[in-house]
Amino acid sequence: MKALDKKLLRDLMSMWAQALAVALVVAAGVATLILAVGAYRSLDETRAAYYERYRFAHVFAVATRAPRGLMKRVLELPGVAAAEARITKNALLDIDRFTQPATGLVISLPSNGVPTLNRLYIRSGRLPQPGETTAVAINEDFAAAHDFRPGSQFKALLGGRKRTLTVVGTVLSPEFIYSVGPGDFVPDDSRFGILWMAEKAVEAAYNLENAFNSVSLSLRRDASQEDVISRLDALLERYGGRGAYDRDDQFSHAFLDSELDQLSAMARVLPPIFLVVTAFLINMVLTRLIALEREEIGLFKALGYGRLAVASHYLKLVMVIAAAGIVIGFGLGTWFGDLLTRLYGNFFHFPFLVFQRNVDVYVISAIVASTSAGLGTVRAVRSAINLPPAVAMQPPAPAVYRRLWSRGAVLLRHVSQLTIMVFRHLMRWPLRAATTTLGIALAIAVLVTSLFPVGSVNFMVDFTFFQSDRQDASITFASETADRVVQNVGRLPGVMVVEQFRTVSTKMRLRHNERRVSIVGRPAGTYLTGDMSQAPDLPPRPTGIDLSRLLNVKQEPLAMPETGLVLTEKLALLLKARRGDLVEVEFLESSRRTVRVPVTEIFQSYFGLSAFMNIRALNDLLDEGAVVTGVHIAIDERFEEVLYGIIKNTPALTAIALRKASLVKFRETMAQNIVFMTGVYSTLGIIIAFGVAYNSARIQLSERARELASLRVLGFTRAEVARILTTELAIVTIIAVPIGWILGRGFAWILIQGFESELYRVPLVIERSTYAQSALIVIGAVVASALIVRRRVNRLDLIEVLKTRE
Amino acid sequence: MSIPQTDESTEVFQATGLTKVYRTGDVEVHALRGVDMTLYEGEVAVFLGPSGSGKSTLLNILGGLDAASGGRVIFRGEELTGFDERSLTLYRRRNVGFVFQFYNLISSLTARENVALVTEISDHPMRPEEALALVDLSDRMDHFPAQLSGGEQQRVAIARAIAKRPEVLLCDEPTGALDSKVGIVVLEALTAINEELGTTTAIITHNAAIREIAHRVFYFADGRIASTHINQRRLKPRDVSW
Repeated sequence: MKALDKKLLRDLMSMWAQALAVALVVAAGVATLILAVGAYRSLDETRAAYYERYRFAHVFAVATRAPRGLMKRVLELPGVAAAEARITKNALLDIDRFTQPATGLVISLPSNGVPTLNRLYIRSGRLPQPGETTAVAINEDFAAAHDFRPGSQFKALLGGRKRTLTVVGTVLSPEFIYSVGPGDFVPDDSRFGILWMAEKAVEAAYNLENAFNSVSLSLRRDASQEDVISRLDALLERYGGRGAYDRDDQFSHAFLDSELDQLSAMARVLPPIFLVVTAFLINMVLTRLIALEREEIGLFKALGYGRLAVASHYLKLVMVIAAAGIVIGFGLGTWFGDLLTRLYGNFFHFPFLVFQRNVDVYVISAIVASTSAGLGTVRAVRSAINLPPAVAMQPPAPAVYRRLWSRGAVLLRHVSQLTIMVFRHLMRWPLRAATTTLGIALAIAVLVTSLFPVGSVNFMVDFTFFQSDRQDASITFASETADRVVQNVGRLPGVMVVEQFRTVSTKMRLRHNERRVSIVGRPAGTYLTGDMSQAPDLPPRPTGIDLSRLLNVKQEPLAMPETGLVLTEKLALLLKARRGDLVEVEFLESSRRTVRVPVTEIFQSYFGLSAFMNIRALNDLLDEGAVVTGVHIAIDERFEEVLYGIIKNTPALTAIALRKASLVKFRETMAQNIVFMTGVYSTLGIIIAFGVAYNSARIQLSERARELASLRVLGFTRAEVARILTTELAIVTIIAVPIGWILGRGFAWILIQGFESELYRVPLVIERSTYAQSALIVIGAVVASALIVRRRVNRLDLIEVLKTRE
Repeated sequence: MSIPQTDESTEVFQATGLTKVYRTGDVEVHALRGVDMTLYEGEVAVFLGPSGSGKSTLLNILGGLDAASGGRVIFRGEELTGFDERSLTLYRRRNVGFVFQFYNLISSLTARENVALVTEISDHPMRPEEALALVDLSDRMDHFPAQLSGGEQQRVAIARAIAKRPEVLLCDEPTGALDSKVGIVVLEALTAINEELGTTTAIITHNAAIREIAHRVFYFADGRIASTHINQRRLKPRDVSW
């Protein structure tokens, strides 16, 4: 081995702590890219493979009742490769040892017993046989939530009759990768299950012999999806078709899409931020590290080594560090990426996972990391290499310091010489002080970016569950029902407040923009049950205590206008609708009229696309009298169990969403996903913070070792000398904190833009505690580094400094 | 011992009208104010003079470590002052050995490796072991600088300087950081090498006693050579009274 290479190895060993700190910063940058892109691509690929193997349909449609014979014509539609008719119905479930009522989605299996589209992956047991009337296969997570296995039993209200069903198998379906009960926001496997039953049994239960109400199509590669949808709509129109839709409007797919979009946004936004930050940091650290080698560089040149030889020596040193970082980053990134893929894989109930290892990501991250390291080196070596060796071998000429400011002298009279040294040093090298400040600020910014989603989610929870949708439960009726039922619900034990609603599927159009969206009719106010029991026939009147409220952009409650549409900000944006615009509304149910309705208000919501209307105005438009499809209720907790017992046995109800349970579940889900994500990113952020702080302190010590040792010789104590370093670090850190916060907010804003989907958007809310945590973590890292460096101040060799020249 | 500057002696360096101005901030320092001198093959020259008199500056320019502001230096017929960076590097690599006051060893390399640092890039070097034997350090070859005394470190530096068999050996205060006993050992190493290899050697010193070992002594003052003295009789280092 060449002498220079030996020097390189030994140098690396002696500066291992610093080298490791730099390598870890590199590793953090590399790991983010690999983990984010890796997880995204693995999940995307997994989903594609799942869809392919289990023949997930392309187009879906729901009708009221269509004859089986229609299927022949559906299959003849141009572009259709396969079609399958079935019956899907919501049903209330009554499960032993589970107080709350649950909701089931009943799906009929074709008469031959095995679906050709949306095939099922059987986890345990089997599918129900065509002749079995009480056999049911259920989705695995519902089974797991209640510890159901083949042989277990529960009750369900099917078509108004309560039956005991026997589980014969547990399955997974590409159609329900993400399954959410009616009225809920997040999956709750204990309160929502998918039930597959033999066709005959479902037909009989719902009086749909030789009929279907749901159809799935797969299309040929060359088919026009729009064309198929409009032809299918035409076929189903007389049978109560609610408008066919493609995968983009299929809930599970759309949700998965938005989750994957989020992952891909993270992969697009966070790693570049991390990589740019790390590039800057290693550049900064290495530049100063090599600047310290100025005398050695001079010596090498004196000995006859050429520029290239000297530069490549230092480049090698840096590349070894960078390579170590890259390798650690590869390992960490792959590991975290796989963990993340598994976490999401579990969450989405994939039957298998496809891990994608893309060489490009590894190559890109390695190139970015090594290039930034290399550039830092070249820049640093160049300045030393350009000096004549005689000059390079001298310590740099004493820097020219200036008086801080003339009038400041008065102030400085009370400040010790040591403090003046600190200030003069900072001001003499403003660029150096600025880069250190920026480095620490970036570490804070990265932490803010990693930690802030918790605050945003807390805000969404508060906004949605405490400010906006304040009902304890939402009950859906089996069909449109006269609004007298509201009074009946109000008389149930424990029901304190009732608020009726009516949901109608529509297509909304404004100019070229069209969206499938449900209009929810709601009253201008809510009644108290007290009023009803005394005077049951009183017309609804506003009470000022609406259960579900609409809030405007400023979070103030909106009065429900008498007429016109109230759109979410997001929907208004998509339709490009403003207040006063006339939107074309095509009702996909009952009268199926198409009408033009003005937009009267726009409100704020973070979930889904929704539109509201005064329920009376909506019913007038549909020309059907006072009709409701469900009610929101507030429940007196003392009567909860009694009430649930009654609901479980009420045939007219098909689904119930419990808000409190949703909230708990929402928090769990978010906790699971976000805590992991923020955990990973903030760990990487902490590594960066420590890497910057430690290197800054350490380099400062090296740069000023002689000066500091001289002070010791003059009789200053260790503590006094260390204070020079720590004061300087403290000043730099204090300046860095607000800058880091501002940068962090900027990064967070960029990230938020990538999170937005039609299903939900995340508000940019950064809690004070997030700012505080980020700053404290970084300050902690700085203090820890200062302590480590202080130990080195204690070990300064005073004799050596006197012996060597200055 | 004969004085080598006879008619047939070959000139190694010829400097004429050499000036050097340093600028630090607003201050101009005239380090050399017109130096004319010639060094001959195989001679030992000692540069004497107070701090800032221009000795080191001249040595650095002769060694290709620094560029002159004016004047010329001819090295074996080639104009050194006209060399570009690349040629200067090659010049140093092939022809010059340096010994510095503070040794300038690489602390992470052993004695042998410090010498190898130079032999690896030279055309006809001796083996590092051979060079270290010349300075009587055969038994300390695998020690790191920190494990060696000051005198031993300086001898390693000399071994490193001569291992490439340079034409000239330029020593800036080689004994400056050493006590007299160790200084003598170092000077003996230098003169021994001069005798064995015929290397032209220039030594800067503050120590006037050392002039006794030189063929010629140059007295520097204020950036000029104030006078030159030829020793009719050279002393061996051990006979010099410090």
